[in-house]
Amino acid sequence: MKKTNHAFESVIYGVFLVLGLITVGCVLLITVYLIISGIPAIREIGLFKFLFGKTWASTAKTPQFGILPFILTSIYGTAGAIALGVPIGFLTAVYLAKTAPPKVKAVVSAAVSVLAGIPSVVYGLVGMLVLVPGIRSIFHVPDGASLLAAIVVLAVMILPSIVNVSITALEAVPQEYEDASLALGATPTETYFRVSVPAARSGIAAAVVLGVGRAIGEAMAVMMVSGNVANMPSLFQSVRFLTTAVASEMSYSSGLQRQALFSIALVLYLFILLINAALNFFLKRSKET
Amino acid sequence: MQTGISKKRRAYILLMRILMWLSAALTAGLVLFLVTYVMAKGLPEISWNLLTTKPSYLTGNIGILPDILNTVYIIIAALIFVIPLGAGAAVYLNEYARNKKLVAVIEYAAETLSGIPSIIYGLVGMLFFCSFLDMQTSLLAGALTLVIMNLPTVLRTTQESLKTVAQSYREGAFGLGAGKWRVIRTVVLPGCVDGIITGCILSVGRILGESAALLFTAGFAHAVHGFFEGLGSAGATLTVALYVYAKEQGEFGVAFAIAAILMVLTLLIQLAAMLVGRYFKKRRDL
Amino acid sequence: MSDIITVKDLCLWYGSAQALKDININIPEHAITALIGPSGCGKSTFLKTLNRMNDLIPGVKITGEVRYAGQDIFAPGVDVNMLRKDVGMVFQKPNPFPMSVYDNIAYGPRTHGIKGKAKLDDIVERSLRDAAIWDEIKDRLKKNALGLSGGQQQRLCIARALAVEPQVLLMDEPTSALDPISTGKIEELASALKEKYTIVIVTHNMQQAVRISDYTAFFLLGELVEYGGTEKMFSQPEEKQTEDYITGRFG
Repeated sequence: MKKTNHAFESVIYGVFLVLGLITVGCVLLITVYLIISGIPAIREIGLFKFLFGKTWASTAKTPQFGILPFILTSIYGTAGAIALGVPIGFLTAVYLAKTAPPKVKAVVSAAVSVLAGIPSVVYGLVGMLVLVPGIRSIFHVPDGASLLAAIVVLAVMILPSIVNVSITALEAVPQEYEDASLALGATPTETYFRVSVPAARSGIAAAVVLGVGRAIGEAMAVMMVSGNVANMPSLFQSVRFLTTAVASEMSYSSGLQRQALFSIALVLYLFILLINAALNFFLKRSKET
Repeated sequence: MQTGISKKRRAYILLMRILMWLSAALTAGLVLFLVTYVMAKGLPEISWNLLTTKPSYLTGNIGILPDILNTVYIIIAALIFVIPLGAGAAVYLNEYARNKKLVAVIEYAAETLSGIPSIIYGLVGMLFFCSFLDMQTSLLAGALTLVIMNLPTVLRTTQESLKTVAQSYREGAFGLGAGKWRVIRTVVLPGCVDGIITGCILSVGRILGESAALLFTAGFAHAVHGFFEGLGSAGATLTVALYVYAKEQGEFGVAFAIAAILMVLTLLIQLAAMLVGRYFKKRRDL
Repeated sequence: MSDIITVKDLCLWYGSAQALKDININIPEHAITALIGPSGCGKSTFLKTLNRMNDLIPGVKITGEVRYAGQDIFAPGVDVNMLRKDVGMVFQKPNPFPMSVYDNIAYGPRTHGIKGKAKLDDIVERSLRDAAIWDEIKDRLKKNALGLSGGQQQRLCIARALAVEPQVLLMDEPTSALDPISTGKIEELASALKEKYTIVIVTHNMQQAVRISDYTAFFLLGELVEYGGTEKMFSQPEEKQTEDYITGRFG
């Protein structure tokens, strides 16, 4: 009786252990698959030619597979979204965490979580019909589907992450710091920006990194507003991101072209792993202080 | 005592306050605009015919019934898998794991998973489920891809609620001579129902909004099937259908109708998450 | 010696609970005044009223009059930030900002518009010297202040308060979180500082009050029971309650 019981518990333990290891298995699965399917094309094209080639012409007679336009577009697009979204998100977070009246705080916080819940294709749809024509008429360019449109859409999409993570960091700042500042004759507003914000800097950095990850990984909304031509990035030109490069050709690709798309995904994945490591670093540091 | 702070300080304070207020107003305004714009454009496009028919090239009819059904199927299928996997992993981490390094590795893996863009999930899902496991482009392959995506969500919410199950309950149960599994089944699991439910609600929200991961795994067919038949065939969810109608076919009316439906569902999910959180908090405080 | 702070009929409520009842007290310049009494007697609340730090708490209502240098601090025209610049504060728990030692000290002067490295360097050195910690940490000015020991942190906080050139220094049980050696250093420092500043110190420790203060005020249940020269109060208290407290019969 005792023995069967023990065996039973061991089986249960084994089951839970397997369940626990599934996340690790998934990460390994994704990593292995991306490497296996991403390496062949890079080998065939040549790493340097692949990463720094300026021309992507996958369906031409003599196809060219240079992804520098995608890499740079992803970097510029993310940087633009951060430049636009971080100040707004950060200031909103300071307002909500420190000065907003409780009712205003409740309403705006709810609005922020709605923003987080809206599907990316809805952002894309509104972007297609409001933003793209808007950019065309404001800046008098032939087509509004451009890097700028993508930047604006991404900036809006990363707002909730920036706001929520910053709020958490700002609310964790000990009251004693703020008291000390006030007692020195600093006003509340000066206190928030010169003491609370620096004290929460690791958490706010984590918010920015999280925003970077979101922006660089977004595909569908960007695909709908950025025009999708493999140009070198320029604000008012149609561009293609790493994500959209994969998404736009996958359904009809074959052979080396298809393999090259996997290689793009591998590059994107490496970016994401780097960003995750940075995020972890900042989160850890913000927990320590 | 001097009479007051300098003009320069006053200007700085005023500036910062205005900037903060403007940013918050802009954020809130954006949400208000998005919701009203989508509703205003989409709600008038919703008709009984749209909701209950399937599209036909012969009659030129557009209906989203198959997409609604596909969405429901894929949500059900994904939840069936993700709940035991996510909750089980959380139980392992909280109740069984003794090796700190292993716990750290598992948690790091979960964090990595939650940071991976959905387009990559789509790609790997396509390679693994559709090709390697030979499921073809099907709702099941899409659902399984979504399972991996949502695993960290359910894991985290369950873990958080497990932490609130009082240690004394566990000790009480052990004290009565109950085996580990019995304690988990009778004390621990019932205690983390709220976390599992919250995780499910969040997952449903993410699945509703997901498109990039489904494009190459579940495809974009519009045929009406029963549940099991549906899982085996390709099909578009509402979100994917929105994308196809807007980007490939230029049918913006239908796209906005779907967008309005998604928006309403998103708001409902937010509300549900809030209410569930509040309900369980109240119950726990009693 | 003239009185730098005069308090008349001061009452304070937290919501409907009255925390201070008709306090009348004059605090003399260039002396140390100790506020003693059991927990919850109102001594900390009273201290925080002097630089209006109670303003931060919602639901606080204050009546009566507090004059600092002849000026009613609750008068509508008074800028609370300027009051706090003149009436500095040191808290119970050392609370340096999570920045470098230098930035901690320079924070106040910078806030009040002082710029220029030479000027700030000067203020930092002078403040740290005044707080008797310059020699210990002059090589660590760029290091994070949170790396200092508890006692050093508290002296840093005193230096930070001194950097804005206050007239009065309010100290809220500044040694309760410190070891005996650090406590000794802070007490020495307080005695030295009264040459330049007026100090009001809340303390739980009656030996401390005797060691460093010139005047002592005894609070009980929100009332000021007795106030006078420290020596006199501890040798011949006028009130029975004071005697009971200082002889350790309660509290």
